[in-house]
Formats: sequence, C-alpha cells, structure tokens
Amino acid sequence: MNLTILDWVIMLIYFVFVLGIGFALKRYMKTSTDFFLSGRSIPAWITGLAFISANLGAQEVIGMGASGAKYGIATSHFYWIGAIPAMVFVGIFMMPFYYGSKARSVPEYLKLRFDEKTRGFNAISFAAMTVFSSGVSLYAVGLLLGSLLGWDFNFSILVAAVIVLVYVFLGGLTSAIYNEVLQFFLIVFGFLPLVFLGLRDAGGWSGLQTRLATVATSNGFAPGAWSESWRFMGDPSSNPMGVEWFGLAMGLGFVLSFGYWCTDFLVVQRAMAADSMSAARRTPLIAAIPKMFFPFLVILPGMIAIALTHQVGQSGFALPAKPDGSLNYDMAIPLMLGHYFPTGMLGVGLTALIASFMSGMAGNVTAFNTVWTYDIYQSYIKRGASDQHYLWMGRMATVFGILASVAAAYVATRFNNIMDMLQLVFAFVNAPLFATFLLGMFWKRSTGHGAFLGLLSGTFAAAVHHGLTLPKGAVVGIKGGWFGHLHTYPSEMAQNFWTAIFAWTTCFVVTIVISLLTKPREQEELRGLVYSLTEKPSEEHLAWYKRPVTLAAVVLFLTLLLNIIFW
Amino acid sequence: MGLDIRTPIGLMFAIVGALLTVASFFLNGEIYHRSLGINVNFWWGIVMLVFGLTMFFFGKRDGSTVKPTAESLEGLKIEAEEHRTGAEVNTKNENE
Repeated sequence: MNLTILDWVIMLIYFVFVLGIGFALKRYMKTSTDFFLSGRSIPAWITGLAFISANLGAQEVIGMGASGAKYGIATSHFYWIGAIPAMVFVGIFMMPFYYGSKARSVPEYLKLRFDEKTRGFNAISFAAMTVFSSGVSLYAVGLLLGSLLGWDFNFSILVAAVIVLVYVFLGGLTSAIYNEVLQFFLIVFGFLPLVFLGLRDAGGWSGLQTRLATVATSNGFAPGAWSESWRFMGDPSSNPMGVEWFGLAMGLGFVLSFGYWCTDFLVVQRAMAADSMSAARRTPLIAAIPKMFFPFLVILPGMIAIALTHQVGQSGFALPAKPDGSLNYDMAIPLMLGHYFPTGMLGVGLTALIASFMSGMAGNVTAFNTVWTYDIYQSYIKRGASDQHYLWMGRMATVFGILASVAAAYVATRFNNIMDMLQLVFAFVNAPLFATFLLGMFWKRSTGHGAFLGLLSGTFAAAVHHGLTLPKGAVVGIKGGWFGHLHTYPSEMAQNFWTAIFAWTTCFVVTIVISLLTKPREQEELRGLVYSLTEKPSEEHLAWYKRPVTLAAVVLFLTLLLNIIFW
Repeated sequence: MGLDIRTPIGLMFAIVGALLTVASFFLNGEIYHRSLGINVNFWWGIVMLVFGLTMFFFGKRDGSTVKPTAESLEGLKIEAEEHRTGAEVNTKNENE
C-alpha cells in the first residue's frame, strides 16, 4: 500500500487530537468518580455513541467484514436479531436497576443484589476477559499495520498501547468516551465512500446480488444464500453459517447478545456515566439507531469483496489467497481501502481503522481499571481509603491493564477468525451471566447462593459442552473435543451458539433450584434492585421523543423492517 | 467550564476536510483511476469540512458535555453513597 506524506499527515492529525483530548481533560480528573464514571454528567447522545463505539473494535470491523465475505448477509443477524433487541431490553428493563441502584459497576450490582462471592466471581472473570479482548485488539493492530504498511509487529503494538495508555491515564473514562465518539464519526466518514465505491464497482445492489449468486452456487448453496438473511435458515446445511433458525435465535439472538449487551460492563459503563436516569436508559436506545445500519458499513464491504473475487468488476479487485489456498477474509476491508482510495482518502480510511482498534482497546482498559479498583482492590485489598488513593489506583490499574493486554496480544495468535474466538470466550463467561441477571432483576426469590452456584455450573457446562463437541473438520484441541467427542456441529459458529444455550440453561435451572432451597433476602433490602419492588421511573415530564419507551418502539419497528427487507 | 466533545471533533474534521479539498487541486488526476474516476478527495473533503464546521459551531455555542463530580447531581449521589457505606473515607477533597 503506497502512502504519501498526505496520508501520514492525516494520521498524525488524528493522533494529536486523541492525545490532545486526554491532556485537555486531565485537569477535570479530580476525584475517582470523575475518573471512573465521568462524574455521571454526560448527555445521552454522547454516551449512546460511545456505547456502540466501545464495542467497535477489531472484532467488529475486521471480524464483521470477514464474516460478511464468509457468510454473506446472514452476518447481519449479529445486529438485527442479536444486538438491537438486547440493547432495547437493557435500556428499558435493566437500566433502572443499574443506574438507580447507584452501583458503580456491573459486578457491584451483583454484590448489592446477591452477595460478595457472586460479585467476586464476576469481577475476576470479567477483568480477565477485558484484558484478553484488549489484547485481541492490539494483536489485530499489529497484524494489520504489519501487512498494510510493513510496520514491525512489536513496534505497532507499542505505538497503539502507548497512545491508549496516555489518554486513558490522563482523562479516564471521559477521555475514552470522547475518543469513542470521535472514532464513531471517523468510521462513518472513512467507510461510507468505500461502500459507495465498492457497490458501484459491483454494479449496485442488483449487480451485487447477481455476483453473490455465483459465490453461493460455486460453494454448493442456493443462489440467494449470500444475499438473503432468513430464507435459508431452515436447515444448517443450506446456509454458509451452518446454523439453523433455532440455534440462531436462541444462541445468538437470546443468550449471546443479551449476555453481551445487557451484562458486559464494557458497554454498560458508558450508560452509567450518563447524567440522569432517563439519559442512562436512552443510551442503548440512541446507540441502536446507528447500530442497525452498521451492517451496511462493516458487513457489506466483505460481501462486495467476495462478490468481486468471484466475478471481477471494472477495477479488478479480488481477495488474495492465503498460503493454504483459502481466501484471506480478514483482509477484506483493509485491502478494499487500499484498492479504492487514492492518497488522501486512504489516510482517512486507515486512520478510521486504527481508531477503531485503539478505542476498542481503550473501552476494555477503562472497564478493567474500574472493576479492578472498585470491585477487587476496594473490596478485598484496601477498603475505606481516601478518594485520592483510589484515583491513583485507577491510574496504576490502567498501566497494568495495558501491560497485560500487550502480553495477551502475543498469546492471541491461534484462531483464523477473531470473531469465532471472542464468541467462544463470551459463551463461557457471559452466556450464563444473563440468566443470573434475568433472575436477579425479575425474580425476588432468587438468592446469592443460587446465583453463585448457577454461574459456576453455567460456566462449567459451557466448558463441558465445548469439550464434548467439535465443529465439522476440526481437530481435537482448542476447537473442542478435549473431553471426548460426542457430537459434531456443522460449523464453529453453531457449536458456539449451542455452548451458550447449554451454559445459559444450566445456570437458569441451577439458580432456581438452589434459590428455592436457600433462605431469601428480606424484601426491604431488595428495594431498587428487583423489578417488582422498584418504582417505575416516571417519564411524564419528558418530551415524547425523549421517552425511552417511544424510542424503543421506533427502534424495534425499524429493525423489523430491515429484517423483512433483507429476508 | 469543561470541554465540549463537538469542539475537537469539529476542528479535526474541518482541518482534515480542508486538507483533502485543497490537496485535490494539487494531486495528479491519474490517482482517481482507483476510485472509479471520482475525485473522492475533493467531494468527501467538502463533506467533512462542512460537517466539521457544523460540529464546531454547536460545540462552541453550547459549551460543555461533561461536568466535574462536584457540579453533577448524580455524581454527588455516588460520592455520598461511597461515604455512607464506608468504601471511601469522607475527607474534603484536598484540591479544593
């Protein structure tokens, strides 16, 4: 990829602004509440954009592009049946407890609702997971800059890690949120022209459909398998994902997506920084509106890439093959940037890509330093110190979190599709968690012992299920089967969805059974923590377009429409 | 007091947009072969410039999108809760 001085200048301008935001915010970081929660003073539209941006790391941009090429438009299920309904649910039903309980983190809510051990388990597994995710982001930066710009892997990791370190260290959560908003606009402005040019090259939507039909038939599927999202979900063998509608709706739509969007502190932390209860509830709903159109920004380029590879367009774009002969899906978006963008615009596109990695990483780092400081350090190591001490600890945790991510980046080199790897981790940790929250928030009878044992057995069930099954064509090892080999799934994705379903169901059942056998808490203690014992937040004073319920209805209607249009 | 996020975003997009637009007059037209003959630098530069200026205008007009905890109602509630539960000792902030 040939960059000129113009592209480097654009990249440099971005770095200057990123660091500048950190330095400008430094003097506002006076207390730990400023550093970890932005003083709970941010308007909803900003926390909303940060809410999607924090998740828009390596996994989304590279992974969704890759999946778009590999599975076609069915990848949009991650949005239209996955993320959006879950975001509506967390905004309408769960935010009143997260925000209203004055918990400062998701694990802390578990402490208030259940007990110390449930919080401890969640805090520790979550801290490990964020470091891992942030490591994956770093790893992706290293690979990408290496293959595109010829930068050294170690050098790329170092640059990205140091920049994120500086701005989070200085400006805390506010700095991360501000940079996420900046990155949101960069992604939109960097990728829109790419989609426009790619689509034009492929002959518009109808031209793309024709080309994708040849992709589908040459892979042994019906012509519409890449361009119709629901039609071929009746049977796992008739779609490239290798999943059927039930596994998709339950595994991805219900368990994994709700598990992620409703309980992952990485995103929930953004909503918790909002300046009022209604702003916190609107955060995921505002986020859902751009989110539902993101498939056109990140999945569509992958679909265009594979279509043009099978049937070349006027510009001659094609995906390269890897040494083993398979196509290099992960490079779909980066290579398209290099192919369609002339110098100048190329600088913008690459900057957008780098920005997404860095803010994905920063999101994890801010979630990590908060959970570490509030839920591990303040709870188990040093309680009742001064506010300044915890502020200092937050900064130290930032440094440590970044160092650990760098270490994780060197570990994260085994899966060929980053998405599948993250889904696996989420299935182990997050899938059972959603059952715990569901019961915790909506069933006042559920108890701490029930929640803890439910979580434990859910995570255990995920591991056992993964250990007993294998995706088609995989060898025993990190892909599963290490306990024995009972069942073969048509694809790794199907295996992940079902791992999640088993984990969730186990946690749900065990929590109920143990709760019924143990002593419930006094109802008085659960006020503000459980649905039936909490006053519904009043919306009467808000303008209609600011009411969460109105927004939710609009979001769900639009999502339904998208599902139908691309059925 | 504080920093409105729209100010730096607006400034950055305005600078980058202006840079692209200006550069498009000096760059050899050959390079637009890859972008299917469209001068993306010029057109998208204009779009980014307009977006940047709009954001900058609103950022300057409205002021701030974050407040220090001491001025935030919800932020103060959190600190009060920290003191009530004994998670933190109640000392007056030494910066004040």
